[in-house]
Amino acid sequence: MRPARLTVVAAASLVAALTAVTGCAEKSGSGGDGAIKVAASDTACDVSKTEFPAGKVQIDVENKGAKVTELYVLFPDDRIVTERENIGPGTKASITAEIKAGDYEIVCKPGMKGDGLRTQVKATGQGGVEKRSPEADAAVAAYRQYVVAQSEETLPKAQVFADAVKAGDVEAAKKAYAPSRIGWERTEPVAESFGDIDPKVDVREDGLEPGQEWTGWHRLEKALWADNTIGDAEKKLADTLIADLTDWQKKVGQAEITPTSMANGAKELLDEVATGKVTGEEERYSHTDLVDFKANVEGAEKAYALLKPIAAKNDPELSKQLDTQFAALNTLLDKYRADKTGYDFTAYDKVGEPERKELSDGVNALAEPLSKLAAAVAK
Amino acid sequence: MTEQKPEQRPEPEDRGTGPDTSASPDPSAAGPDTPAAAPSAAAPSRRAVLGWGGAGLALGAAAAGGAAVAFGGSPDTVPVAAAGGSVPFHGAHQAGIASAVQDRLHFAAFDVKTKDRAELVELLKEWTEAARLMTAGLPVGEGGFGGLPQAPPDDTGEALGLKASRLTLTVGFGPGLFARDRFGLEGSRPAALVDLEQFPGDNLDPARSGGDLCVQACADDPQVAVHAIRQLARIGFGRVAVRWSQLGFGKTSSTTPDEQTPRNMMGFKDGTRNIAGTDAAALDKHVWAGAGDGSAWMAGGSYLVARRIRMNIETWDRTSLQEQEDIFGRDKGEGAPVGKSKERDEPFLKAMKPEAHVRLSHPDSNAGATLLRRGYSFTDGTDGLGRLDAGLFFLAYQRDVRTGFVPIQRNLARHDVLNEYIQHVGSAVFAVPPGVRDKGDWWGRTLFA
Repeated sequence: MRPARLTVVAAASLVAALTAVTGCAEKSGSGGDGAIKVAASDTACDVSKTEFPAGKVQIDVENKGAKVTELYVLFPDDRIVTERENIGPGTKASITAEIKAGDYEIVCKPGMKGDGLRTQVKATGQGGVEKRSPEADAAVAAYRQYVVAQSEETLPKAQVFADAVKAGDVEAAKKAYAPSRIGWERTEPVAESFGDIDPKVDVREDGLEPGQEWTGWHRLEKALWADNTIGDAEKKLADTLIADLTDWQKKVGQAEITPTSMANGAKELLDEVATGKVTGEEERYSHTDLVDFKANVEGAEKAYALLKPIAAKNDPELSKQLDTQFAALNTLLDKYRADKTGYDFTAYDKVGEPERKELSDGVNALAEPLSKLAAAVAK
Repeated sequence: MTEQKPEQRPEPEDRGTGPDTSASPDPSAAGPDTPAAAPSAAAPSRRAVLGWGGAGLALGAAAAGGAAVAFGGSPDTVPVAAAGGSVPFHGAHQAGIASAVQDRLHFAAFDVKTKDRAELVELLKEWTEAARLMTAGLPVGEGGFGGLPQAPPDDTGEALGLKASRLTLTVGFGPGLFARDRFGLEGSRPAALVDLEQFPGDNLDPARSGGDLCVQACADDPQVAVHAIRQLARIGFGRVAVRWSQLGFGKTSSTTPDEQTPRNMMGFKDGTRNIAGTDAAALDKHVWAGAGDGSAWMAGGSYLVARRIRMNIETWDRTSLQEQEDIFGRDKGEGAPVGKSKERDEPFLKAMKPEAHVRLSHPDSNAGATLLRRGYSFTDGTDGLGRLDAGLFFLAYQRDVRTGFVPIQRNLARHDVLNEYIQHVGSAVFAVPPGVRDKGDWWGRTLFA
């Protein structure tokens, strides 16, 4: 977590472009014949019209399939305009949303899994959404998928951790602690954009505000490593952690992501390493800082890799430098890694001062050029 | 002293406040052959006037005449810029050695991280370019603001609006640079650049010692010196990493004998008999490496020994005046050598105690060995025991370390009674290449090109 939260993407910008009014439209006045009809089945998603006027739009969906389905309206970068989950077989649902002029996709997800069945649609009229290059949209869409996948992969791992805590099994909980944090650490700047979640799940004791109850991973970290005991309070906090992470997982697809915020997010991940991990402050009881370190670097590298087609075109020298420095830092981290595929890293209290200096130098060497990535993709 | 009313005049060496500074002086204007070229005399700040103490006369001349005061006429010496003004960056020798000693220091030693010789050369060129701008009072790159909003500014900005403040930047090459299988420089290591031996009493901290490169930043404004090191470190990330650095808050030696001799943290005048920056003969004999000294690329360069000398301030302060004066061999008030009445009277060594500091370090006690000292007092707060973490950051330039610092320190380490109150805790040695001659030149060209 970061002590002073710099929200790249303000929490308020959720559903910023449009005020989605989701709800039943049985008494729909504005809908009627103007409504877009979606006939969903397990194999098809037929949309009645692919062009409609911008403004308040109603979508009526009927699930004719055997599986529970979901309906989404998405921006070209996969950000969610509006959605409806849990549409059971044989049921109908209506969604209304304020949609600005621009290109969108209407998506059915039979079985509530996968990329879904997609139809391109267009809202016509004035005041469109700002257009980006296709490669920028592709980068953002891919990054969004990554971010969503990270949250989805985190939940079961966090559950293993929470279950161990609830079972009072200190050793098992200690083992499950660091792995449960990897997905979060990889995508932390996006997670932090939902201002209320980060202080609940990733706050350290020194970061608490007056009157704030200490919850989340680090509270349990202290219980496990410093106090070496699990009480009723900790067991309850394990459930709270899962609830808060579930909240994160639900929201994360709606994060406003731009190529610039991706680049800045990558830089912020390195800032996290420089201020929290290299110093050993983040995981002061468990000393699993290098796991977070690696996850931060992975998350930054993912964002960079997706932006690279743009960056390499606009600033080839910078791109070359970033390739070199990512590789160098990963090589350095591998020295502390039991095997190249796992996340079993040397405990940070066993890493000496000269080695910490070397890691710090590696972080600086990468973070300095990385601070120029946003300008390179914004060109 | 009478406070001089600074003459009001445009100050082209004021730091540009943005990338569009149109009044920027051409930093290359003063070539190596015009060392007396007047560094523009900017109005000294009030603090600088006060800080100069007894230099009122010289300052008065500068302010009244609106021109720089240049001591002596030797073509190889650097004229004295008035406080706030700029010191020419280009010259046969690097500025910051014979130049008049400024009030503040930020010294940094770097480890070279890149293994690529071309990258190292590129860094030295980028550093040279940044130094050219900063010593002229200008921000680096495209300035501190007004650029792309998505990118961090090239210059970090804390020196915007500040004067050049006589900033000098001096670069040195440590022994590690010449190591085998590194940059192909093993054949170029000067014999004069020796690894210092472990002297008796040394308690060296590796984290405050050594380094492949060093940059000495001296200025009359601490923020200007710190800014300069910060920019160079930032430019260097990935290719070099700061190994250690040291701030100095007060000069302890001067190269301008007309000025009042500064005092060190022990309260004594230090560097009375230092080599004057205008004494071309002494500089050639003791400071500048010659073309025939064995390493032609070092001609016009010098060798720097840096030592962090911690003082046991509290115990020193409990020492009687008599003992303090005996230890140094000079009196505390005037700074006169034992048996003499004036600071600059020729010392009569035999009148001093055999183990007096001045006697032991005098050239006559060391086969003529003479150093140009340019050290600074430091105070890095207090240690965990509540004692002042203070002392002397000793910087000495010489023509050959083997005949300069080494014999003197052997003598001092063995006999100096001052050792009871001091401890050497950091050490480094560097070959300081010759000056950057003109706009096309760069630091280290004679070594790498």
